[in-house]
Amino acid sequence: MKTFHKGGVHPNDNKLNADAPAQVLPFDGPYCILVSQHLGAPSTPIVKKGDKVKRGQPLTENQAFLSSVVHAPVSGTVQNVAEAPDAGNFARPAIFIQPDGDEAEDFISDDPTLDREIRLSPAEIIERVKAMGIVGLGGACFPTHVKLSIPKDCKADYLLVNGVECEPYLIDDYRLMLDKPDEILVGVSILMKALSVDKAIIGIEANKPKAIALLKEKAAAYDGISVEALKMKYPQGAEKQLVKALTGREVPSGKLPINAGCVIQNVGTCFAVYEAVQKHKPLTERLVTVTGPMVKEPRNFWVKIGTPVSALVEACGGLPENTGKIIAGGPMMGKALPHLNVPVTKGLSALLLLPDEQAHRGTVAHCIRCGKCVAACPMGLEPYLLHAAVLHQRMDLCEHHHITDCIECGCCQYTCPSFRPLLDTLRLGKNKVNQIIRNRNTTK
Amino acid sequence: MTTFLYAVLLLAATGLIAAVVLYFIAMKFKVEEDPRIDLVAERLPGANCGACGKAGCRDLAKALVESNGQTDLHCPVCSNEEWAAVAELMGMHADTCEVKIPVVRCQGGHLNSIRQTAYEGLESCAFAHSLHAGENGCSYGCLGLGDCTRACAFNCLTMDPKTGLATVNEDRCTACGNCVKACPRGIIELRYKHAQEGRIYVGCHTEDKGALAMKHCLSACIGCGKCAKSCPVGAIKVENNLAYIDFTRCTHCGTCVEVCPRKSIVATQPAIPASSN
Repeated sequence: MKTFHKGGVHPNDNKLNADAPAQVLPFDGPYCILVSQHLGAPSTPIVKKGDKVKRGQPLTENQAFLSSVVHAPVSGTVQNVAEAPDAGNFARPAIFIQPDGDEAEDFISDDPTLDREIRLSPAEIIERVKAMGIVGLGGACFPTHVKLSIPKDCKADYLLVNGVECEPYLIDDYRLMLDKPDEILVGVSILMKALSVDKAIIGIEANKPKAIALLKEKAAAYDGISVEALKMKYPQGAEKQLVKALTGREVPSGKLPINAGCVIQNVGTCFAVYEAVQKHKPLTERLVTVTGPMVKEPRNFWVKIGTPVSALVEACGGLPENTGKIIAGGPMMGKALPHLNVPVTKGLSALLLLPDEQAHRGTVAHCIRCGKCVAACPMGLEPYLLHAAVLHQRMDLCEHHHITDCIECGCCQYTCPSFRPLLDTLRLGKNKVNQIIRNRNTTK
Repeated sequence: MTTFLYAVLLLAATGLIAAVVLYFIAMKFKVEEDPRIDLVAERLPGANCGACGKAGCRDLAKALVESNGQTDLHCPVCSNEEWAAVAELMGMHADTCEVKIPVVRCQGGHLNSIRQTAYEGLESCAFAHSLHAGENGCSYGCLGLGDCTRACAFNCLTMDPKTGLATVNEDRCTACGNCVKACPRGIIELRYKHAQEGRIYVGCHTEDKGALAMKHCLSACIGCGKCAKSCPVGAIKVENNLAYIDFTRCTHCGTCVEVCPRKSIVATQPAIPASSN
């Protein structure tokens, strides 16, 4: 079975809600839509207090290439354009909408039948993907139209579809693959047309045999799409590791997967692209898993963007008594939330409630030079060395040892027997080095 | 006896040849250095804190000599007299400047704000700032992890365990400004020291709107503008929901301290005049 070879760890996969079917979460507002939910230039609101909005109406605009927009998840009235806390508790501009009736934009088609005929040209597909606010739903929220616009000096050979879901607890991609296999495959075909590639590989880890079997059976009816089972290993869902696992190619240091002829899209993104291109639906809802060892009823929900996470927790039987940490995302790369008023964004794949005894870090001890972090690093870095270099402010040394290649997967910290904050220092150092490099390039 | 003589002669000859070779090599690779660099470096504090923007004191001396004094470089650690001595040596004009001291514009900490979350990660303000708004939810306030104390080369900043905020030791501080650069939130500001009168500054840095700021902290500035209205010299400005006292115009009358409904304006204790003892 294929996998990547350098480093990686294998935490217990804990897929608790694998068999819980996806439900629609009822919520009667108000919705709070953060204005910038993507990576890149922030957008500006184009609605104001008191405006009536239809479902699917764009709420923001941005002329920059590396940016994306948000749309109204429901029809209703704009209650306010103010600030709301994001996942880090920083106040960010947001639009509050009180739902009222259900009036959709005319272009949206709510017809659930499968539409396999791709009518748009590649340029039109990219334009549509941009207009419908599609971003990478794996978690990074990188605007999808940017990934689809390939630089002139590169050529894509493969479209790799990420159904790996290597993080423990996360299960939303698996549910999507079981519930919407045909839609995903049409989405993949659309992306193949936009990129003009003739080969697409869907990578799924071996702990999801049902999804592998189902997609293999369905993919036979589509040209150029194959399904590959991958050995279970974290972080296989990271772009560079997935390229290595599926094609055997290596992405050069400091370069993007496109330099190795690959474009990677998450299965969730493929589904969103299908909805946008075939049904003209903007990205206003996504699948979210609510999970954790103490959750009374772990469930999967179709949630409208802008719903507060408290509504999700309540629908699962409320906050368990000894909750120590609420994590947006998985336990390896997710972000701890400060409170439950944070709204659901496009990048939220799961809400993980950890009991207090699992929520704390161990006591930091000295580095014993065991080298476990070096063995675990999937990028071939030396985390213990970079850790020390950052603590001593030796940014030149960090740059020399390729700190900018760190993908922040957390394998080093996961394996460290001394509980050293390796990932924290590497992130800090990476930010600083990136800043130094940017300054150097601008002064040149 | 002859063995002994040979040994002495051999060693003497080797030493002589080596001396001649070394002499020529030394002449060949001689580094010409302006003798003034050493003289200037002697007059600098020698703390190598980097506050002037150069790598250390000798680097500053070199830069001063190389530019022949035609430069804006200035050592903030030197007192006016010390800097005047350097300027005299370089034949340049030394501006006298008022002594400054950093003030920490946050009174949140453990006493005045309520901890809503707990942070367990790396002990670094820069990192914590990239992750979250802070344990008390204020995204402008002191994170209490001590980046400024680690940046201080003179050991004058310490974290007060009681308040969780940075405190400045006035006697040790040289106003090098490294703490100002280290704070990821720009809370620390260099202001005129005014050792006799004491300093008056707004001990808050939040630009959140009043209602939100009040939720985070008991001593948060809510931008009500009472201080600005009461100031007899018009030294106070309210911008982005935050009052700011212009230290170049403040006359230390203390009116603003009395009218502030939130007790966010701090007045340091003036030094006790010698005559009162």
